[in-house]
Amino acid sequence: MELDYTDKQRAFRAEIRAWLAEHVPKQPLPSFDTEEGFQAHRDWERTLFEGRWSMVTWPQELGGRGCDLIEWLIFEEEYWRAGAPLRVNQNGVFLLGPTIMDYGSDEQRQRFLPRIASGDDVWAQGWSEPNAGSDMAAIRTKAVRDGDHYVINGQKTWSTRAVWADWLFGLFRTDPESSRHHGLSFVLVPLDTPGITVRPIRQLNGETGFAEVFFDDVRVPVENRLGDEGAGWSVAMATAGFERGLMLRSPARFQATAAALVRLYQANREQADRDPAIRNAVLDAWLRAEAYALATYRTASRLIQGGEIGAEASTNKIFWSELDLKMHDAAQAILGAHGELVASVPREGAIGSWIDGFLFAQAGPIYAGTNEIQRNIIAERLLGMPR
Amino acid sequence: MDFTFTEDQLALRANVRSVFMKEVAPELLRELWETDSGRSAELWQLVTEQGLTALSVPEEYGGLGLSDIDWVLMAQEVGYYGLTEPLIDTSWVGAALIAALPESAAAFKDVWLARIAHGEAKLAIGHPLNPLVENAHVADLLLLNHGDEVHAVPRAQVTLTAHASLDASRRLFAVEWTPSEATRLASANVGRTLWADALNRSVLAVAAQLSGLVTRVLDLAIDYTAERKQFGKPIGSFQAVKHLLADVAVELEFAKPALFRAAVSLANGHSLAGLHVSHARLALADTAALAARHTMQVHGAMGYTWELDLQIFMKRIWALAAVWGDKAYHLARVADHVLAESTVLDPSQTFAA
Repeated sequence: MELDYTDKQRAFRAEIRAWLAEHVPKQPLPSFDTEEGFQAHRDWERTLFEGRWSMVTWPQELGGRGCDLIEWLIFEEEYWRAGAPLRVNQNGVFLLGPTIMDYGSDEQRQRFLPRIASGDDVWAQGWSEPNAGSDMAAIRTKAVRDGDHYVINGQKTWSTRAVWADWLFGLFRTDPESSRHHGLSFVLVPLDTPGITVRPIRQLNGETGFAEVFFDDVRVPVENRLGDEGAGWSVAMATAGFERGLMLRSPARFQATAAALVRLYQANREQADRDPAIRNAVLDAWLRAEAYALATYRTASRLIQGGEIGAEASTNKIFWSELDLKMHDAAQAILGAHGELVASVPREGAIGSWIDGFLFAQAGPIYAGTNEIQRNIIAERLLGMPR
Repeated sequence: MDFTFTEDQLALRANVRSVFMKEVAPELLRELWETDSGRSAELWQLVTEQGLTALSVPEEYGGLGLSDIDWVLMAQEVGYYGLTEPLIDTSWVGAALIAALPESAAAFKDVWLARIAHGEAKLAIGHPLNPLVENAHVADLLLLNHGDEVHAVPRAQVTLTAHASLDASRRLFAVEWTPSEATRLASANVGRTLWADALNRSVLAVAAQLSGLVTRVLDLAIDYTAERKQFGKPIGSFQAVKHLLADVAVELEFAKPALFRAAVSLANGHSLAGLHVSHARLALADTAALAARHTMQVHGAMGYTWELDLQIFMKRIWALAAVWGDKAYHLARVADHVLAESTVLDPSQTFAA
């Protein structure tokens, strides 16, 4: 066991740190769930791409740097340390990209990956349907083969980023006689195809981070299918595994929040220490963010040595989502009567606004598979309890 | 950067595990509850034969020269199987303390490190953080803290008063003794560092045992809920039961990396080893408390019986809750770092020196 960085890793950290110091926008970008913010974030993806920083783990020929997972963690640490913008194309870079590398044809890799890396194609997710949420195998939206096209009819919902995205990936029932996990295929759909209607859904924060997507005789070429026909479920499980696991929620994100929470507490101790539980909550949050980082380095080390991510990905999802709630609860407790004020209200002192993060944290235990579903997975696959 | 154990380390663990599984059975632990000493010459011989008494004794004294990283895996097994022989205090914490004594104690080191390596000596450790000394009644020598001086006192020179623990395996004693020039091995100036290391090592050992104990009570609960049927099904198939155990699995998954990191920091003399050890201790104390509660709950009324072996490990968890520092003590150590003005807090600092 060697818990120290190599010279090469240190040099890599120094390089990304210097680049970020020069390029990260001085003013925070508007939310990517607004039209203006979406474009600004797409531009930022382009800037990252031009510095070859948009997908450091991808191979050189696809615009990446061929980094291993330890270097990826270093990248993320520096990224969050610098307060760089959120990744508007996280569906593409963290979820679909790795799935295409594993399941796509050479032609698909060439066609889709460079445009993901450059931010030219921003991707939306198409999993859930009105009657297929936690029970995703209940998907009914059909993609019926007609020559060299699929004709899609039905509805997706909670489709993240669909309001302004260019493409959607999702699961569709290609065998109309099938049920449950069988007969599904993973299909990539341009959102400007005729017959598609995107209806934004207004979220708790007032913005439209996701949408309903209606399909009315939408024709998509068969070559847009990822993996074999009828094998969509296993492709989707790989994607969901990435989502729950390592890529989407790097520890650095939560360490940055924990560090900000400590600073908030230190700046407001007189107020905060009236309730001794707040100090403990702040320390506990910091330790948990640290634990998440340690666990991720451990997983990364195992993967580098040829191991695999299994059901422990589900423990990650529970751990970070509940940590995020705890941290924002603690921040709200410190802020007291200022806590309810929205971000646009100017305020004095070292308070800052936590309300956007507080609202977003509420969604964590729900999206990417509710924490109840994750607990079932842990019990059955990690602990071997009966179904 | 490599956060994995070596094949040798894992092989050693597998070997010890298979021996403990056979020889340190719950029936034996129950038999020992009924004996005066609560200790077993056979078990001590077993750990000696397995090389555990010599594990981290330096090679020049006849030991194997292994490190805290090897020990943390052993201590998990000690926890899992509920071993209460004074192995950790003797051969890990005690041996390390003696090995670090100054040159003035060279003769003492020669004698006692060799004895420890050969399984011919048992040690007990007295520190102000613990009001009582575990296993003092079977110790050949007590290593005692007197205002950070290090004293070595033969058992014949101390007066012991037994204090019963809820965990009948644990044998605890108040120790009366008189410090003298003859018993002193190191001054307070020298001893301060030695005791700080001994404290961290002991805290790490408790955390590692808790980790093993959590795995043990989880295993017992998984087995029980697969066998026990109600409403025509194994109760382990009900989500309400599954989620209680999944909660424990999640906490354990994120406590173990903190434990292993603390071992590395201690082995390498990292300047933040104390912080890392306290992190592991806090995480595992919370995890273990949750594990005891939830695993007992899924056993229903059986969980409240003397008959079930769950009690052996659940009581150990409760008994260890505040050994080598309670939650307040370790949280204060974390606060000293996290809340200090000079501390840099950002995501790049996890492995900073």
